[in-house]
Amino acid sequence: MPLYLEIIVCVLLLIGGIFLLVGSYGLARLPDIYMRLHSPTKASTLGITGVLLASMILQSYLQDFVSIKELLITLFLLITAPVAANMIAKTAIHHGIKPLEKTRGKSLIEKMRHRNNPPE
Amino acid sequence: MRFFPMPFHSMMLFVVWLLLNNSISAGQIVLAAFFAITIPWLVKDMRDEHPKIRRPFLAIRYVLMVMKDIVVANVEVALLIIGPIKKLQPGFVAIPINLSSDLGITILASTVSLTPGTVSAEISKDKTWLYIHSLHLDDEQALIAEIKTRYEAPIKEIFGC
Amino acid sequence: MLIWTITIVAICICIALILNLWRLIQGPTISDRILALDTMYINTIALILLYGMYIGSGLYFEAALLIAMLGFVSTAALCKYLLRGDIIE
Repeated sequence: MPLYLEIIVCVLLLIGGIFLLVGSYGLARLPDIYMRLHSPTKASTLGITGVLLASMILQSYLQDFVSIKELLITLFLLITAPVAANMIAKTAIHHGIKPLEKTRGKSLIEKMRHRNNPPE
Repeated sequence: MRFFPMPFHSMMLFVVWLLLNNSISAGQIVLAAFFAITIPWLVKDMRDEHPKIRRPFLAIRYVLMVMKDIVVANVEVALLIIGPIKKLQPGFVAIPINLSSDLGITILASTVSLTPGTVSAEISKDKTWLYIHSLHLDDEQALIAEIKTRYEAPIKEIFGC
Repeated sequence: MLIWTITIVAICICIALILNLWRLIQGPTISDRILALDTMYINTIALILLYGMYIGSGLYFEAALLIAMLGFVSTAALCKYLLRGDIIE
């Protein structure tokens, strides 16, 4: 395997691994559910993209064939991650889970539960 | 047009089938073409009306811009997550939207969830307000203005609604 | 070099999975648990792809794709199940 290809794969893998770790670290560390939502949807999506790109390059080299089917998982996750996040946020709101005390705009939660317009 | 009631979906099925099999041999191409023609024909009565893409080049530019924004926003959010929690100022914001199509609203909500440190949480019944949660809210008005000019305006232009 | 990188990244992902498991057990609310499960799916996809790279086989891609799809569907189904009755529509 040529050195430049190996370096590219290693860098992509390391970026992916670090972002995945940061995403899960945020999930364990942040104080309330609404803040925790941010770390898996964003950091983990980028992390998995890095790992998939590395896998794509390596498999293309190993099989002597441009293998871009890994892009399918990336595309699928990019489409589904915001939908899943939105549904979890909805679940939290409709179960009346209180946000952190210092959160701005806490009064909007009650409006959101009933899907009304915000007060002017 | 009679053979392709949903041209975009046909193209997508064709490409995804070839990607899944990871080959471009003649047999797979014939099979992919078969599925690309028959499946849309079978399901064409089941779909809702969606607005057409009026400005395809603007759509491609929008996708590229969002890709770039995803990387930038991810690095920002990762730094916020590692940094001190006490300094974070989370907040809920209501954004007025005037997109008339469901597809446009879905794309806007997904983009907002993926990019600038925000997650879309709920939408009002009459589809004129999008509620989002921001991980670090400095300036509410600036955030609303950014989302409206950077993401909503291009979507409005692409779908022409 | 590649084998070492794969090992290091696998260790990172295993730590991430342990953190997710902690959040899954800790809770405190049901939404947190769904979120933790969702993140676990994503980390598992990465782990399976890493194993495929380690032994140099492309066969594990299908497993990863299946986990991605089932993960999303189960998250959506759990959320819908919890939301029933409360959304006015």
